[in-house]
Amino acid sequence: MTRAVTILNATAGVSVQDKGRPGFLAQGLSRGGVADLLALAEGAALLGQPDACAVLELAGGAVTLTSSHDMRFALTGAEMRAMLDGMPLAWGASHALPEGARLDIAPLRGGFGYLHIGGGLQPPELLNARSAHIAGGIGRTVQAGDVVAVGADKGHRTGMCLPNAPMDSTLRLVTSLQTGLFAQDALDRLETTRFTKDARGNRMGQRLVPDGEGFAVAEGLSILSETIVPGDVQITGDGMPYVLLAECQTTGGYPRVGTVLPCDLPKLLRAGPGTLFHLRFVTLEEGAALERIEAARREGLSRALQPLQRDPRDVPNLLSYQLVSGVTAGDDLEREGA
Amino acid sequence: MSALDQTEKPLTAGFPAIRTIGVDGFLVSFSDHLDERANRAALAFRAALERESWPGMLECATSLVSAFLRFDLAACDHDSLRAKIEILLASCDWYDASLPEGRRLWRVPVVFGGEHGPQLAEAADLAGQSLNDAIATLCAAPVRVQTIGFAPGQPYLGQLPTNWDIPRQTGLTPLVPEGALVVAIRQLIVFSVATPTGWRHIGQTGLRLFRPESDTPFLLRPGDEVLFHPVEDLDRLRAASHGGAQSEALT
Repeated sequence: MTRAVTILNATAGVSVQDKGRPGFLAQGLSRGGVADLLALAEGAALLGQPDACAVLELAGGAVTLTSSHDMRFALTGAEMRAMLDGMPLAWGASHALPEGARLDIAPLRGGFGYLHIGGGLQPPELLNARSAHIAGGIGRTVQAGDVVAVGADKGHRTGMCLPNAPMDSTLRLVTSLQTGLFAQDALDRLETTRFTKDARGNRMGQRLVPDGEGFAVAEGLSILSETIVPGDVQITGDGMPYVLLAECQTTGGYPRVGTVLPCDLPKLLRAGPGTLFHLRFVTLEEGAALERIEAARREGLSRALQPLQRDPRDVPNLLSYQLVSGVTAGDDLEREGA
Repeated sequence: MSALDQTEKPLTAGFPAIRTIGVDGFLVSFSDHLDERANRAALAFRAALERESWPGMLECATSLVSAFLRFDLAACDHDSLRAKIEILLASCDWYDASLPEGRRLWRVPVVFGGEHGPQLAEAADLAGQSLNDAIATLCAAPVRVQTIGFAPGQPYLGQLPTNWDIPRQTGLTPLVPEGALVVAIRQLIVFSVATPTGWRHIGQTGLRLFRPESDTPFLLRPGDEVLFHPVEDLDRLRAASHGGAQSEALT
């Protein structure tokens, strides 16, 4: 029997994702893939595997699944409630997934959470990737009864976590094609306005609600459609900003006031609806420098791994818990040469 | 005069222009408005970028009058890439480029108005035409695929006569179906997926523009031409191969 996970239950918004499909932009297909690239890197580091492995993205959704074999998994992105056979699990950490055990993950405050499985999820490839591109009509969200193949896992280590790095609530922007269409006082107001993350958001984009009036521009309805990138802040006809995400359209004619730095998107993706944000412009040079620093940090995440500290008082039945998860022989670190 | 001859406006000073998109993209624009020569220039310049394949280039694409280039920040920086783009731009007159090879003419049946095009009357009114005149105008001459974008395989078709320079609507229509024909700013779009839109929904085709499981997932290519004709029966279109569309080579 091949390694697989079986979806017992899934709400809307749960899909298999990977690094997406670069190269089809000219045919109108955006890259897609995981919305939170940092979460992808964190999961790969926690399991000691390439970030090319496909994962399960929970875009505000819940999932229950079981596995065909003993496996490992990691949880990253927006913190959610995770239970293994009813026992609560630490978020931002790697764990053992024993054959037949039942893993439940459900949102706490909202946002995008990720489940990474050792060996990676391996549904069939379509156009060079395994990810679903819901808006583009490739694949679909997972549903109860789906059996998703899992690749071979060369790693053994579980019970690791990454240091908790709190995120601030400032989304830094570089200017975009239509920034100049907005009056200077509107741009000043953009930087002093408090924006609330709206309940309306998905893999295509996230609506932000300003605490004052909107940001419409007079010429806004007759702009030539132009290339779009994830992070672009599009102002629709009603003056409301949308931050475009991984599954955004490839071109669009609504004015874009700026582009959120990719390294700041996880702040927005991991927050729940109702969270307040500020927008702040940085120069292109600053933006590029910040991206390079973040890319280097993502590369080095595995060096920041540390053992998960469990407080025995939080674990009602310590002995059975450790047996069930089959966590460690105590020499994993040495054996894997980490 | 065919709908494809559009030299009313001279090319704007300051073009071609190199601008940035996001933190790792360049956009090379050949005009600030929809223009036949600028459209050809964008297609040709993108093809040239593909041939160059500079180290660190991740992806390139075209929009209506621009070529887009995304690069790896770890492998290049903005200044050196901009210099390379400037040299390539100066190497020939891109506005003289011919259209891509292998173009086709597609004859596409459309059900106009009614429940399958609920905003036809509104759009015709904005264009200053009666319902029947509007349909006649939209079917009078071929429109060209100027770019594929927004959604997979989705064509931006143009250019319509000047009276069709109508703005997008202020609000979004929550959902138009796959194959919907919509109009704004002298262009038509056939939607490749069901989507919300600010364009006005005037008709319905049976086209499936994106078939991810197919060997040829994308039906149309930039440079192809589309000639619409009105029909009544949408069910027949949807049952037919290619939504009842017929194609022939353009020479």
